[in-house]
Amino acid sequence: GEALKSSKSPYTVNEKLTPEKDVTSYNNFYEFGLGKGDPAANSENFKPTPWTVKVDGLVGKPKEFGLEELLAMPLEDRVYRMRCVEAWSMVIPWVGFPLSALLDKVEPLGDAKYVAFETVVRPEEMPGQSGYFQSLPWPYVEGLRLDEARHPLAILAVGVYGKTLPNQNGAPIRLVVPWKYGFKGIKSIVKITLTDKQPPSTWNISAPNEYGFYANVNPEVDHPRWSQASENRIGEGGFFGANRQPTLPFNGYADEVASLYSGMDLRANY
Amino acid sequence: MLPALPRKYHAASIWLLYAAGFVPAAYGFWLGATGRLPGNPVKEFEHLLGLWALRFLVATLAITPLRDLLGINWIRYRRALGLLAFWYVLMHFLTYMVLDQYLNFSAILVDIVRRPFITIGMGAFVMLIPLALTSNNWSIRRLGPRWVKLHKLVYIIAAAGALHFAMSVKVVGLEPWTYIALVAVLLAYRPIRPMLRGRKRRPPEPALRESERSA
Repeated sequence: GEALKSSKSPYTVNEKLTPEKDVTSYNNFYEFGLGKGDPAANSENFKPTPWTVKVDGLVGKPKEFGLEELLAMPLEDRVYRMRCVEAWSMVIPWVGFPLSALLDKVEPLGDAKYVAFETVVRPEEMPGQSGYFQSLPWPYVEGLRLDEARHPLAILAVGVYGKTLPNQNGAPIRLVVPWKYGFKGIKSIVKITLTDKQPPSTWNISAPNEYGFYANVNPEVDHPRWSQASENRIGEGGFFGANRQPTLPFNGYADEVASLYSGMDLRANY
Repeated sequence: MLPALPRKYHAASIWLLYAAGFVPAAYGFWLGATGRLPGNPVKEFEHLLGLWALRFLVATLAITPLRDLLGINWIRYRRALGLLAFWYVLMHFLTYMVLDQYLNFSAILVDIVRRPFITIGMGAFVMLIPLALTSNNWSIRRLGPRWVKLHKLVYIIAAAGALHFAMSVKVVGLEPWTYIALVAVLLAYRPIRPMLRGRKRRPPEPALRESERSA
């Protein structure tokens, strides 16, 4: 990727970074295949430029943003924990800007309650979207409540490790919501729509008993097929290092975000 | 047809199969222990062992149709293939228990009881134990027809293994479907086998030697 200019941010966890090699080679991005190495291996034909993101729905000023415009937003370095729903985790230095900064530009209307996101569909560039076997319905879609989307921790990332995003990490622009499981971080976004109804999300459609709309990291609520009480830190210790560690409520961001869910039953709204 | 292996090499070829059979596990362990497995090395190794266990189970089940349909008699390798499957399942379980779960027995117990794909995998492992223990000439003589009956458990084990794999993944992709299909075909062959053999016998074939009889 190309180098990006960014400024320091107070939103930085003081933990050892996952090596760049692991961040860019151990990925879930089913548009490029089911294996962890598939996104890096099968994404060389993907063209992240030129690119536009259409923002529409319940907004005062719908707009199509060109990538140059998005890269010109004040970019910040954000070192976040990333907890995959599969019980592994990383610490990743993202480069991006708050999602709220983009929302402000389109002026959401009063009845907007949710934000829906959509990934690009390009079967000719994304081998997982073509062929006899289709793992998920495309486009990949995700959603947030508007107050979640406006939270300062929620960012649109355009880079990682100081450079523009590699294709396998969701180039050219992706969502990062560090207190939620990684699958909420929708990649290669082409469309953002403000709505008054809870939008569908791909994994929730695929297996509603396993993946909820909220998908907040919660060590107390197991995935039906595995425990979420602990996680495997990728890129630490190999076979024998102590790399299994306890999972924290809201992935360690409870102080910042728990209030968004006060009064909610987090077992029912998993 | 394949040229027959001279009888004097039979024993050596079986030992060679055992030696070759453990290469994927040894190589995978070496890669993981020396930090050469990318990403999540413990899971990579755990999955490698599980996959090879399934491959050896499929190979074990393929011996009989291979002989019936293609005339290739590799029945002398069947015990080694079955035992390799057992050792790989054992290593798969030990990797999960020690390297993955750090001997956290309460977590392991919860997994086995509460997660159907682990319950099924564990069931297959438990069923493999009596088969491995009786995979010797003494047990075959001792148990007689009951040995044949007991070893029919391998059909349930193979089905459970393929199911365990398919249920463990988020999306059932080409790989688990391949194992489900292979096991399904190999199991479906068993009930239709008497019909096929009945038809083939029309020009009568010599009776099988005692040592070549199989379930």
